[in-house]
Amino acid sequence: MNKFSKAAPAAVILALLAVWELIVQIAGIPLYVLPAPSDMLKAFAEEFPVLLGHAGVTVMEAAAGMLISFAVGIVVGILIDAMPTFRKCIYPILVVTQTVPVIVLAPIFIIYMGFGYAPKILTVVLMCFFPIVVSFSDGLGEMDEGYLNLVRTYGGSRLQLYRIVKIPAAMISLLSGLKVAATYSISGAVVGEWIASQSGLGYYLIRAKNSYMLDDVFACVLMIILLSLMMNGLVKLFGYLVLPSSRRKRRTETAGKK
Amino acid sequence: MRLNVKNLNFAYEDKEVIRDLSFEVKDGEFISLLGPSGCGKSTLLNVLAGILKPESGEILIDGEAVEGICGKFAYMPQDDLLFPWRTILDNVCLFGEIHRRKAGMEAEARRQMERFGLAGCEDKYPGELSGGMRQRAAFLRTTLCEAGIYLLDEPFGALDVITRSDMQDWLRDLCSNLKKTILLVTHDTDEAIYLSDRILILGPCGEGIRGEFTVDEPVRTRDWLYGQGELRSKIHKIIQGKPEGKK
Repeated sequence: MNKFSKAAPAAVILALLAVWELIVQIAGIPLYVLPAPSDMLKAFAEEFPVLLGHAGVTVMEAAAGMLISFAVGIVVGILIDAMPTFRKCIYPILVVTQTVPVIVLAPIFIIYMGFGYAPKILTVVLMCFFPIVVSFSDGLGEMDEGYLNLVRTYGGSRLQLYRIVKIPAAMISLLSGLKVAATYSISGAVVGEWIASQSGLGYYLIRAKNSYMLDDVFACVLMIILLSLMMNGLVKLFGYLVLPSSRRKRRTETAGKK
Repeated sequence: MRLNVKNLNFAYEDKEVIRDLSFEVKDGEFISLLGPSGCGKSTLLNVLAGILKPESGEILIDGEAVEGICGKFAYMPQDDLLFPWRTILDNVCLFGEIHRRKAGMEAEARRQMERFGLAGCEDKYPGELSGGMRQRAAFLRTTLCEAGIYLLDEPFGALDVITRSDMQDWLRDLCSNLKKTILLVTHDTDEAIYLSDRILILGPCGEGIRGEFTVDEPVRTRDWLYGQGELRSKIHKIIQGKPEGKK
């Protein structure tokens, strides 16, 4: 990759921000209609301690939702792979859950579960569970039959087939699903908080929007983006730790390019 | 271990692949199975390994009938089937891990690494090895299975000509020391002549054994192999369906 290719993505983002800034400044667009990127950064710096406090709540809800989705997703993914009848029963339900907008379901969760953390965490679960379970069960099912037969001829049990072959083979696919889920997790928590809450970035957003403080709204959006990237980064770190073979491969490829 | 296959039949749904097949492999004998594509060579190995269930017939090892996955066969397919996320040592000790004897097997595997040309590769991943080294690792995994009969399904089929020749030389030396009963499926007539004590030629569509040759030469070199034109010609004629008696 040459220097131009490396710098191109950052250059494009900077250029878009510059155009945005110029349009707002030249056209004199008021703050309550569209703040300039400089206004957003200023608000971000000023509001950072408050945003950080709310972000803590949102991250906690997102992390709890992710962990529940991960744990249940692993179990359901294995059941889907191991039991074709279970797959036939559960798959349509999983697809249907994704067709209903979360913004519709979130108020229902609040009616049933109150104003605490539970409905927000459930909203995150609803958004994160599907990509995890689908990617994992697909990964389990895509294993070359030759590998499975090899373990069978060595006298491996069904449990060992999963432990030795299927689950490690599905890890790359699972990580792809986890990356999608991690990116959704913060948004899921914010949607839950948006409907009814006393803290969190969704609550902050509602408050800022109702006050027409759009620079604060954009600062909050920036915080949501940063947190989503952080969650994505954590999944990448998890992948780096649990897949030493891909780590070594990446090192070999890098060395080969030098 | 002595292997007897008696009146074996196998079909994929309505397509008969093995029909009334019978043959014997003596203890420590190296047999090659040759034949046209689709004649059931690989299917036969799958049936022996217990991956496929025969319709009828008997498989006897040292006179005792066996069924399904019996642990007497060590199967090595054409692809090396090394798990890319496991180190070479973990890959070759797969049998030990499954049977909860990994620690003992690791010590044995480390001792065997040099003999298999894999010294220093213990902690490498399959993606870091050449095709020939991967096949050697797969063969080491097969030999660590504690089985008496090796089923090798075109183990060098995916390798280039030079590496394949090297691997054949290596396997020949190794097998003379291993003293195991080996059943090799191959498309390569020279490979069969060079490695085998006996060559069985299967006919197409469940026809069974169409020809059989014994190769007596105790000391085999590449020069000796190049001089086997007459034998090669006879084998080709039988594979192509031209009449030639058993030799």
